[in-house]
Amino acid sequence: MKNGILKASFLVFFLSFAFTASAQSSGDSSNYLLYGLIAIAALILIAVILQVSDNLLRIEAKQLGADKSGESFSLFPSFSKMFTPAAPDYVGEEPVHRFTKGHDILLEGAAEGAIEDAEVNTFAIQPKNFIGMSPIPKVTVEVGDNVKAGDILFFDKKRPEVKYAAPVSGEVIAVNRAEKRSIAEVVILKDKDMQYRSIESFDLANGSREELVNYLLEGGAWPLIRQRPYNVVADPSETPVNIFVSTFDSAPLAPNLNLVVEGQEAAFQKGLDVLNQLTGGAVYLGLDARTGNEPAAAFRNASGVEKQWFNGPHPSGNVGIQIHHTMPVDAQMKAWTVDVQGVITIGKLLLEGKYDASRVVVIAGAEFVEPKYVRTYQGANIGDLVKDNTKADSKVRLVSGDLLSGKQKSAEQYLDFFDDQLSSIEEGDYYEMFGWLVPIAPRPSISNTFPNFLYPDYKFTPDTNTHGEKRAFVVTGQYESVLPMDIYPQQLMKSILVNDFERMEGLGIYELVEEDVALCEFVCTSKQPLQAILREGLDAMQDQG
Amino acid sequence: MALLDFLKKIEPDKKKSPFLHTLFDGFFTFAFSPNATTKGGVHIRDGMDLKRTMVHVVLALQLCYVFGTYNIGHQHFVALGMHTGFVEAIHLKLAYGLIQLLPIFVVTHLVGLGIEFWYAAKKGHAIEEGFLVSGALIPLIMPPDIPIWILALSVAFAVWIGKEAFGGTGMNILNIALLARVFVFFAYPTTISGDHVWVSTFMDEGVVKAAAGSVAEYGWWHTGFFNGLFEWMGLDTFRAGATVVDGYTGATPLGLAAKGSWADVTAVYSPSQMWWGAIPGSIGEMCKPAIIFGAVFLIATGIASWRIMLGAVIGCATMGLILNGWGATEFMLIPWYYQFIMGSFMFAVVFMATDPVTAASTTRGKWIYGFLIGFVGLIIRVLNPAYPEGWMLAILFMNVFAPLIDHYVLEGNMTRRAKRLAAIKSTAS
Repeated sequence: MKNGILKASFLVFFLSFAFTASAQSSGDSSNYLLYGLIAIAALILIAVILQVSDNLLRIEAKQLGADKSGESFSLFPSFSKMFTPAAPDYVGEEPVHRFTKGHDILLEGAAEGAIEDAEVNTFAIQPKNFIGMSPIPKVTVEVGDNVKAGDILFFDKKRPEVKYAAPVSGEVIAVNRAEKRSIAEVVILKDKDMQYRSIESFDLANGSREELVNYLLEGGAWPLIRQRPYNVVADPSETPVNIFVSTFDSAPLAPNLNLVVEGQEAAFQKGLDVLNQLTGGAVYLGLDARTGNEPAAAFRNASGVEKQWFNGPHPSGNVGIQIHHTMPVDAQMKAWTVDVQGVITIGKLLLEGKYDASRVVVIAGAEFVEPKYVRTYQGANIGDLVKDNTKADSKVRLVSGDLLSGKQKSAEQYLDFFDDQLSSIEEGDYYEMFGWLVPIAPRPSISNTFPNFLYPDYKFTPDTNTHGEKRAFVVTGQYESVLPMDIYPQQLMKSILVNDFERMEGLGIYELVEEDVALCEFVCTSKQPLQAILREGLDAMQDQG
Repeated sequence: MALLDFLKKIEPDKKKSPFLHTLFDGFFTFAFSPNATTKGGVHIRDGMDLKRTMVHVVLALQLCYVFGTYNIGHQHFVALGMHTGFVEAIHLKLAYGLIQLLPIFVVTHLVGLGIEFWYAAKKGHAIEEGFLVSGALIPLIMPPDIPIWILALSVAFAVWIGKEAFGGTGMNILNIALLARVFVFFAYPTTISGDHVWVSTFMDEGVVKAAAGSVAEYGWWHTGFFNGLFEWMGLDTFRAGATVVDGYTGATPLGLAAKGSWADVTAVYSPSQMWWGAIPGSIGEMCKPAIIFGAVFLIATGIASWRIMLGAVIGCATMGLILNGWGATEFMLIPWYYQFIMGSFMFAVVFMATDPVTAASTTRGKWIYGFLIGFVGLIIRVLNPAYPEGWMLAILFMNVFAPLIDHYVLEGNMTRRAKRLAAIKSTAS
């Protein structure tokens, strides 16, 4: 329809041109111009007729309900079909969400090879990893107690039914406190031989949803389920509209989840079955349609779920982006999300009757001697993970998570609850002469003022230098170019800064969490802290209720 | 890094002398990227910052500067009837242009940066880069003969009222460079209106004008410095006492068009002259290839929005066609495609309209904003009886409306999102 109007207006446009041309051409020499224009007008008229009939055809198809299958009923092939490369074979005929917005930051130090067993002695669960939890939760163990994996360590007094479990068995050696006596971490020294609290089995086929929820709560697996909006631990008293699981991670140096699911296929499928019982709607599985990244069979052949294929640069693997393109959320319509390893843990709880918090963690980054995959448990000590593996001659920053949305950690600290990645980056606290004008070392950027676009496959070794100072918002259109959502991030950020709740809600704050705007923060010319601003806004919305 | 250590040693104390510290900080961060590292949030940052963004606009303007310098001299000698060829006596033309342009450039920066530095010190923040571009644009949109005190006053007005009063870089509503130009236009109409100001420098009974019989005015730099230099090099020199040739008016194409028809314009200037820019006008706005080079540079580097530029071209073409069809006056009948090369359309659209702070900030808003600039600007140019040019006023006008455009684009986005949610809710329940 829009096209039709456009073409009709072009017709009028050319006709007016033709009239002026005819008015000016008094002699017969320039009549060719007039004839030419009339010919063009006639062609356009034919095109308009074609367009109108095409539209009628599509309207008819829509009324008959025949277009639900995603098949095109248009006379013309769509532009996107003509110019996008064919989807890989394994995608088959299923529709693919394709994004052009976004940016892959290619970095040196990717991990490869088999998964090793890591020798980690201490593990910790950190209450601060759970957004919105009160700073001083009720700790049910004392220093010196022996716990089994799956035993309850603490719970939030505001919501006592959600219990947080020990990832390993061993002795509780410390309950570390941070500012204002808030609890920073509950540390466990791991036994040589793991002991699991035995949990009675659950009959998924006959149990009710309520029983299942209670079972997960008692088993300690509930905190693995998070809720959008806000990215907080899900509320057991609610039923989500849908549950989303993203089976690939597109962040820089992110782990290949195909490796993670290897050998855990049954547990993964069982976990999906559990999620199916929890939701009133469907479980959506986000699959990787980028060429050369064939999803593992466990993902492709998962049953009882709706599969969605996504193709595009980072952040296409973020579950928030996938939710936006499948079925958006707001304050009333909540969705839950679980990551792949969380699904496996839930599956194992039902299959084996134990809380198995084992995690495959990728240790990746240019500052590691040997980037690798290791098998360990939730909340592993970072010093133990990177022992003898960091390059000695540089100041290294260790990050739990990826370099865009992870948290800076010291070697004495622990991996965060939901993280399956440990990154490293060199500190960049140096002065660079005319660094803004003639940068010496290559640095990642989406700007074409750097020659980066000439070397699309170059892998960078970045540092933490900000490459500039913080400024007011000046450049526009930058955030939109790396966020494949129908959202105006810059205007949203401004509305957060001025506390305009109506705008925040309208512009889609419910659909975003920190990891989704992390790339916007990376590209920001004004070096604004977008993730912190967004969380401020989310906190304000949550306080409003 | 001996220089770095030396600079660190002479850093003034922030509390004792805030102005000196701000000044030092400004120049230090110019010479060295600071050693700040990321804290919280992302751990890697894009190499792009505001300084780099701004300097690329200044780079895009360089050809306009070179040609502008030449053209000041060229027009001067054309008025005298000497060295009328494009490449004749190019050294004299460049020297003449430099003597004319340098004071304008220096005063613009002294006044503008002075106010910026003072405010930065007063408010205790770092010097922001906004004036890098404004300072480079202002000399290019001024008439070559502008009295320096008027220039200083207009720059002070633009930076003070237009920017600092609103909170500094990134907060202004109106384009700073155009605000300086519009101040000159409205505050000193008698000094810089008419055809005489576009060619420099001739005196006639104490008044600057380029009319027949006026005598070329040369100072020490011309007759003393450059003449000495050129004599030593065996080149042509400035000749004192030369007068403007009979019949010379120094009128701009638009001035001619407003009074007559396209035939009157082409009688004096051919389209190719207008395209290459060897005609009287503001300093940097005449040479179209130089501007197109800037446009391509800005679009290729992604600094300026091509949507705004293309929108403005479409808007101007649309209005041009409408006016051609209407044809009530001779001015309206000028073929629409010649409107692009006649005045300062290209310069305004490429460098002024694309200022990200004052333009619309949404993608769809940029199309509308650009289109309306082209559309409204041509109305002002052709239908306004007082002054035959419209881009300055059109862009300032649309600057004011840009937030409104954005508002409706955002409202549209909010409605669309709400509708999508409502549709899903109705099928889910």
